[in-house]
Amino acid sequence: MTLELGHFALIVALLVCCVQAVLALVGAQRAHAGMMATARPASWAQFGCLVLAWCCLTWAFVQSDFSSLLVAQHSSSQTPLIYRITGVWGNHEGSLLLWSLSLSGWTVAVALFSRRLPQAFTARVLGVLGAINAGFLAFLLFTSNPFLRLLPPALEGHDLNPLLQDPGMIIHPPLLYMGYVGFSVAFAFALAALLAGRFDAAWARWSRPWTLVAWLFLTAGIAVGSGWAYYELGWGGWWFWDPVENASFMPWLLGTALLHSLAVTEKRGAFRSWTVLLAIGAFSLSLLGTFLVRSGVVTSVHAFASDPSRGLFILGLLVAVIGVSLTVFALRAGSLGGGGRFALLSRDTSLLINNVLLAVATSAVLLGTLYPLFIDALGMGKLSVGPPYFEAVFVPLIAPVMVLMVIGPFVRWKSDTARRLLRTLWLVVLGALVLAGVLAACMGMDNVSPAAFGGLLLAAWIASASAQLLWQRLRAPGRIAAGWWGMWLAHFGLAVFILGVTVVKSGGQDLDMRMRVGQQAELAGYTFVLLDEKPYRGPNYTAFTARIAVYLDDQRQHLLAELVPEKRIYHARQMPMTEAAIDIGILRDVYVSLGERLEDGEWVVSLHYRPLISWLWAGCALMGLGALVAVLDRRYRRQRSPSPQTGAAA
Amino acid sequence: MKKISPRAFLPLAIFLVLVVFLAIGLRLNPRELPSTLIDQPAPDFLLPQLGQPNQTFSPRAMRGQEWLLNVWGSWCVACGQEHPTLVAFARQQVLPIVGLNYKDGHEAATDWLKRLGDPYQLTAVDADGRIGIDYGVYGAPETFLIDREGIIRHKYIGPLTPELIEQDLLPRLQQLRAPAAP
Repeated sequence: MTLELGHFALIVALLVCCVQAVLALVGAQRAHAGMMATARPASWAQFGCLVLAWCCLTWAFVQSDFSSLLVAQHSSSQTPLIYRITGVWGNHEGSLLLWSLSLSGWTVAVALFSRRLPQAFTARVLGVLGAINAGFLAFLLFTSNPFLRLLPPALEGHDLNPLLQDPGMIIHPPLLYMGYVGFSVAFAFALAALLAGRFDAAWARWSRPWTLVAWLFLTAGIAVGSGWAYYELGWGGWWFWDPVENASFMPWLLGTALLHSLAVTEKRGAFRSWTVLLAIGAFSLSLLGTFLVRSGVVTSVHAFASDPSRGLFILGLLVAVIGVSLTVFALRAGSLGGGGRFALLSRDTSLLINNVLLAVATSAVLLGTLYPLFIDALGMGKLSVGPPYFEAVFVPLIAPVMVLMVIGPFVRWKSDTARRLLRTLWLVVLGALVLAGVLAACMGMDNVSPAAFGGLLLAAWIASASAQLLWQRLRAPGRIAAGWWGMWLAHFGLAVFILGVTVVKSGGQDLDMRMRVGQQAELAGYTFVLLDEKPYRGPNYTAFTARIAVYLDDQRQHLLAELVPEKRIYHARQMPMTEAAIDIGILRDVYVSLGERLEDGEWVVSLHYRPLISWLWAGCALMGLGALVAVLDRRYRRQRSPSPQTGAAA
Repeated sequence: MKKISPRAFLPLAIFLVLVVFLAIGLRLNPRELPSTLIDQPAPDFLLPQLGQPNQTFSPRAMRGQEWLLNVWGSWCVACGQEHPTLVAFARQQVLPIVGLNYKDGHEAATDWLKRLGDPYQLTAVDADGRIGIDYGVYGAPETFLIDREGIIRHKYIGPLTPELIEQDLLPRLQQLRAPAAP
């Protein structure tokens, strides 16, 4: 019965979404208060239905109900409870349900926190969100129903893909989806504004916290995913420019541009059509990402098996959502009106340049991701685009962004003078050069390639500018707004991140060794000794663990750590998995994973030395923290309805 | 107020072009890689045999019958997955299977066959991978279906499975054998 109840709840949710979309949008167009008033209760109703559906599916997984096709395919009675629960979204159908549920959650949040917005505007936003969710629910019900029965029931399930049986996988997809789907709010705000023909500072201010929260989730989701790849895939890499990674990175890049563009639109009323386009673009790329992952048009390590009817359906959805919004944009862009004028040297200009560069960098990633598809579609052969392309193209595009991004906050809005700016900047330049020199010296001059020095210089430049900015701001009078701190933290976080990336890339060392018990290997000044190996049984796998001692010297005097990597074979799928063991440090990680077991207890052991890799995650954490602090800014909670065209929040 | 500039349609136009490509992309399988060698004569070679280094093997010796050339290595995990299928298939004696031991050690290869069973009529040793280059091998296992004229008719990338043999290989073989009557 549980499955049928869930199925029914899903159908009701679809109907509610349709009603919500039609009544709210038509009501707003006709200024019919009664019709518009249905939007809020409808949001709650669809959310309730989806929560119910979610609980039903989770219950089937927890109970190991193998008469459910989905449960039989993606869980087993041996699967630990926590992975039975998270297994709900470890598959195509369940992850789409998660998509829909989180969209519904965002809709309810908008319904809850939009009491101060004009009724027609709220109705349009909720209407657009309802329409999007109706599309996804239809997709679920017609092509990917998670509630299908399997008759006769299976005796045992296939178990969850072992790659997904990991704590990182518990939180990575929900975070990522909250981010993806969160951009739908900024999108709905933009579309509502287009439909209403109302663009003002207030609109930008309403959009900003939503965009910030979505960006926060997406940042966290990408960072967790990257961390998961780092310790779970067993070769110490953290970013592979895989199409699915790119699919999450592109909305992030464009979302970053959107955040900044919204700031300009709010403060100066400028870049309106640009901001609207970015809001549409960020969510469109989220949808495109979903399409790429779910349709199998690109090869990827994340590829779930897929069938073409699903791909066609999502493509239709893509055309409906993006096509309609871009058409509305094209028809209404002319009425958006220009913003305030600004001089060539102004904060407006620096933000505009950065925005354009971010958009171009996003396009470069998009091109690289879809290039194999283009070439294949044109019948020009098969090829793949790998990290060399992305590194060669993306880095030069994003480097100027990083140079400019810290100049922006020093420049005044509207217009500034070069002389005033230079008075500040020479100190920053000096600080950056000194800091980069010190960093290079710490790494040992011989190890620093020109590219690595470029990375160090960038990190030093941002750090130095951040220090100068902080110093200036602390000396200036007035309370510092949370928004400012958010900006500062996120920018500084990027410096930390770049430093981490640069040092990991130039100073990381790897060694694959055949090792017998008692044998030792050396890497980056550490000595690794294979102490012993022993088999053991886990709940749904059998495994070997090896104890590897890591010494700081080759005399085996100073023990650093005893690492215990594992090699598991999961029963249901006979799939081998490696569980890396990592000694995590502030300045470096020492990383050990097991490869193949050869005859008579000899192992292929994979050793990695990763300097400053923790800084990479710390940088992401700082960026996320920056977004969190900015969201908490008081002015987003102010009661007063601001009048258009005033830069009220200075 | 309501002026519509053609420039505003640019994002829509770009998107529509993208949609066309995505729609075509849906019909393609990115994993299916063509081989330029299909319907071409199998590249000739002369290689020592595994276990009998004095004897050599050349594809010419197989003229007049359909056969499979299976590229494998004891280092290759997917080959291990494929092996039981090959052993079972060889027992049915549908067509001869020749192994091409690719970039492998002599002892490791011999030991592997001893442990897991030997489905091959014989195995040619391509220790340095030179012949693999001629055949466009970029990962083991790969299996070539070669006809009685010595023409490569199909290439399977990745492990053969019982389903693949049943649903793809055998029909192809039947087709090759059918018109041979007149």
